[in-house]
Amino acid sequence: MGGEAADEAVWGAGVSTVAPPPPTAPPPAPAPARRSARDSSASWRWTDRLGLAFAWFLGLTFLAVTAAIVIYMMVQGIRYVRPELFVTHPAAGVTERESGGFLDPLLGTVIVALMAMAIAFPLGLSIGVWLSEFGRPSWLARVTESTIEMLAGSPSIVFALFGTLIFEQGALAFLSRTNDGVVYGRSFFAAAAMLSLIALPLIVANVREGLQAIPGHVREASYAVGKTRIATTRRVLLPAARPSVVTGAMLGVGRIIGDTAIIVILLGATLRFTEAGDVPLLGTLKGTGSTLTTFVYANAPTGEINQPEKAFAAGFVLLSMVLALNFAVDVAARRGRRWS
Amino acid sequence: MSTATPPPVRRLPLTGTDAQVIEPAEQPTVVMPAGGAVPGAPSFVSAPRRKIGSSPLAVDRMHVEQLSIAYGSKLAVKEVSLPIRQGEVLALIGPSGCGKTTLLRSLNRLTELTKTASMKGRILLDGEDIATLEPTALRRRVTMVFQQPNPFPMSVFDNVAYVLREQASRRPRKAALQGAVRSALERAGLYDEVAGDLAHPALRLSGGQQQRLCIARALAADPEVLLLDEPCSALDPASTQRIEELIVALREQVAVVIVTHNLQQAYRIADRVGFMYLGELVEFGPAEQVFGSPREARTKEYVSGGFG
Amino acid sequence: MALASRTHRASRGLLPDQRAELMLGALVCAVLLFVLLLVVFVFKEAWPSFDHNGFGWFGPGGNPDQQVQEIYTSANLLRRPVYTFHAWPIIWGTLLTTLGAVTLSFVSALFVSVFVVEFAPEAIKRILEPVVRLLASVPSVIFGLLGVLILVPFIGNHVITDGNRRSVAYIVSLSGYSLLAGVLILSLMIAPLMIAVFSDGLRAVPRGWLEGSLGLGINRWRTFWKIGVRTARPALVAGTVLATARALGETVMLAMVTGGVSFAPNPADGLIFFVEPTRPLAATILQTAEELTSEPMRHTIFAMAAVLLFSAAMLSLAGWAAKQPMKRYGVRA
Repeated sequence: MGGEAADEAVWGAGVSTVAPPPPTAPPPAPAPARRSARDSSASWRWTDRLGLAFAWFLGLTFLAVTAAIVIYMMVQGIRYVRPELFVTHPAAGVTERESGGFLDPLLGTVIVALMAMAIAFPLGLSIGVWLSEFGRPSWLARVTESTIEMLAGSPSIVFALFGTLIFEQGALAFLSRTNDGVVYGRSFFAAAAMLSLIALPLIVANVREGLQAIPGHVREASYAVGKTRIATTRRVLLPAARPSVVTGAMLGVGRIIGDTAIIVILLGATLRFTEAGDVPLLGTLKGTGSTLTTFVYANAPTGEINQPEKAFAAGFVLLSMVLALNFAVDVAARRGRRWS
Repeated sequence: MSTATPPPVRRLPLTGTDAQVIEPAEQPTVVMPAGGAVPGAPSFVSAPRRKIGSSPLAVDRMHVEQLSIAYGSKLAVKEVSLPIRQGEVLALIGPSGCGKTTLLRSLNRLTELTKTASMKGRILLDGEDIATLEPTALRRRVTMVFQQPNPFPMSVFDNVAYVLREQASRRPRKAALQGAVRSALERAGLYDEVAGDLAHPALRLSGGQQQRLCIARALAADPEVLLLDEPCSALDPASTQRIEELIVALREQVAVVIVTHNLQQAYRIADRVGFMYLGELVEFGPAEQVFGSPREARTKEYVSGGFG
Repeated sequence: MALASRTHRASRGLLPDQRAELMLGALVCAVLLFVLLLVVFVFKEAWPSFDHNGFGWFGPGGNPDQQVQEIYTSANLLRRPVYTFHAWPIIWGTLLTTLGAVTLSFVSALFVSVFVVEFAPEAIKRILEPVVRLLASVPSVIFGLLGVLILVPFIGNHVITDGNRRSVAYIVSLSGYSLLAGVLILSLMIAPLMIAVFSDGLRAVPRGWLEGSLGLGINRWRTFWKIGVRTARPALVAGTVLATARALGETVMLAMVTGGVSFAPNPADGLIFFVEPTRPLAATILQTAEELTSEPMRHTIFAMAAVLLFSAAMLSLAGWAAKQPMKRYGVRA
C-alpha cells in the first residue's frame, strides 16, 4: 500500500509501533488546558451577546432586589421590634406607645396555622396516597387531579366568600357566635376550615411526588412477602417519603400564615381575641381575632390604624417565620435525595 | 448554501492514476481479499469488504501530534500521533475505556465541555492548530455524529436546515434552503424515504432513519471531516448495512473517522485502522495489515478475540 | 382446620386493602363534593346580579363605586333592591394589571431561568436558587407594605409631575397609588413562580440534543435558546398559566397599592395612563366585603367571585389546550 510508505516517510519508521513503556515509569503529567480560543462570547453575533448581557443584567437585578427587600425589612424590623411587643395585647391607641403590642395577632397566626393544618394534613395525605397507590377508577383519579389543580389556581378570597355562606348556616352555628338569632359565621373555626383548602394542593402534590419517587421494586418486595397495599404504604412507603411529606406540610404552613384575604373576611378582624361563650379554649376558637397578616394590613398607611412602625415590627416577625420555614424546607429537601 | 457565510470549504481534488469519478448512484461492490485465508488471522479476514471503485490517493487533512488528554489526574489518551486523510475511512478500535472516544471528541474540541479535561500536544487541521481556531468554526468543519441518534424535536426539514439557518447572518428563506436540504438528505441516503413529507416529525422516524438524519444534518454543514462515534451500535443489521455503505461512499468528499467496537464492521469499511489500548495507540496501519498480520502481540490478541 | 378458618375470615368482611381503598375513596369523594358545592353555591349566589344586568354586567356604564353604594343602601331602605352594576372599569383594571405583570414577568423570568440553568457561574447559581424560592414565599401583605411605604411615594413624588396632575384633575386624582405600582410589584411576586417552573423545564432537556447542536458548531447561547428553550415550551406554558392564576387572585397587595378606586385607566391619556389608579376584581371584593350583610350587595360580590372562579378554570383549560400541539414533535409535556 502506497499509503503506508507515505506514513513512514512523514512520521518516521516508528509510527505504527509504539515501544511499550517501562513498567515502573509513571505516566507523564500533561500540562493544564491552554488558554486558547475558547467559545467565548466575543465571537458571537451581536444579538447573541446582547441576549447574554441581558440575562446577566436581569439575574443580578433580581438578586439585588430580593436582597434589598429582605435587608430593608430586617433593618426596619430591628428598629421597631421590642421584646414587650411580643407579650402585650394590642390596644386601641393613637400613639405608638399606647397601641400595645401584637400578642394576639401572633397567637392568632399560630392557632390558625395549627387548626388549618390539622384539617389539611390528614386530608392531603389521604388524597395523595389514594392518587398514588390506588387511584381506581381512573376517571375518578383524573377528576381528582383536576380538582386539586383547580383549588391550587383559585383565589383564596373565593374560598373566604364561600366560607361566609357555609358558616352562617344554622347547622354550623356552634362554630361561631350567634347575635340575636343571626349566626355571625366568623371565627377561628371558619377561617381554619377555608385556610386548609389553600394548603391542600401543596400537601397532595408533595406526597404524590414523594411516593412516586420510590422505585417499583420496593413495593414489589413488600407485596412479595404478603403485605397488603395499605400496610406497605403505612409501614414502608410513607416513612421513605417522609422528606417530601414534611416539605409539603411546611410549604402548606407557609402559605397559610401568609394569607390575608381569608382572615380578613372570616376571622372577624377584631384586634384582640373576642371570645364567644365561656368555655375557655372553645370560646376563643369560636370567637374572632386577628393574625399577623391582618395586623400588618391594618397598621399599614392604607389600613384603619395606620401605625407603620407596628406594621414593620409585625412584618419582621412574619418574614422571619417564613424564612425559618423556608430554611427548614431546604434542609428537608436535601435529606430527601435518597433515591437519586 | 448561497446565503451562508461560513469559511470556504476546501474540497481537495484527488488526482492520481487510479482516480475515478464517483457517481452517487454507483452500487458498492464487494471484493474478496486476494490471497485467500491468511493463517492465524481472525476468521472474518476472508469476509467480503465494501469498496467503491478502486482506492484513490488520500490527502492529509488533520494531524494529531503527540496528543495526551487527562480527566483530572487520570490519563485517558497517551501521546497519540496519527494522520487523518480525506479519501479514506479511519477506524479506531479497542476495548472499552481505551480512550478512542476521548480521542475522537478531542478532534472537534468537544472534550472541552468537560471541566476536568486537560490536554497536551497538538492537533492540526490543514496546518492550523485547532486550539487557535474558534470552536464553533472548527465544529462546522469537523462535525460529529453520536452513538445515540439525537434528532432535534422538530420536523425532518428543520433538522437538516438547522445548521444552515443558524450559520447564516440573515435568516435564509425556506425556498433557498430546499436545494441544500435535499442534497444533504440524498448524500445521507434518506431522501427517497422522506421526500413525501419533509414536515414529518423527526422523532417518529425509525432508529436507522434517525441516525441517517443525523448524518444528513452533519453533512448539511458541509464539513471537511466527519466524526462518527459508534453510529451503528444502537441499530439493527439492515440499518447498519445502509449506513456502512453510506460511509464508504462519503469518504471521497470528507475525511471519515469512525470509532467502533465492532471488529467486523471496522474490517468491512475501514482503509486504515488504529488500535488503542489503555490510552496508547498500539498499532496504526492499513486494515489488511492490522487485521491480517499485526505487528504487535496485543493487537493480534485483540483482533482474534482474546480480550475486549 | 386451616381451610375452614380462612373461609370463615373471608366471609366476615372486607380485606384490609379493600377497606382502606373504600375509606380513602370516600374521603376523596367528600372533598370533591365539597368543591362541587363551592362552585355551585358561588354561582347560585351570583346569579341574581347577572340576571338583572345581563351582559351589561361586564360593560361600561357609570361609576362602579357609586353603583356599589346604591346597591348597598338599597337593602336598608324600604324600596326595591337595586342591582345595577357595570363592572367594566374593574375588569379593565384586572386585565391591565394581570396582563402587564405576566408579560413583564415572563420576559424577565425566561432570561433569568436561562441564566440560572446554563450561563451563570457556579457561585451565583448557588445563591440565586434559594433566593428565588425565598421571594416566592414572602407573604403578599409584606409586598403591599413595602409598596405603600417605598414605591408609592416614589411614584407620587418623582414620577408624577404637577403638570400630569393638573391635566387629569377633573377626572381623577393622581397620587402614587397607581397601576404602575401594582404591575411592578405583582410581576416581582409572580416571577419566582415562573422562574421555578421554567428552570425545571430547561433542566429536563436531554443533554444529547444540546450536545448534538454544539457538535454541529452552533454557539452555546443559540444552542440553548433554539433547542433548550424550544424543548421546554410545555414548561413555559405551565409556568405562565400558574403565574397568571396567581396574578388574577392577588388580593391584598393590589388592594393596598393600586388606589382603591374603580377607575378605568385611559390609554388616551398617554403616559399618564400608567400612573392612574384602579382596583382589580379581587381587591374590590376584599374592600367591599364588609357590605356582605346587604343582600343585593352580597349577590354583586358573589358575582365578582364567580367571574374570578370562572377565569381560573378557563386558564387551566387554556394551559392544557396549549400543550397538546407540542406533543406532536416529541416535546414531552
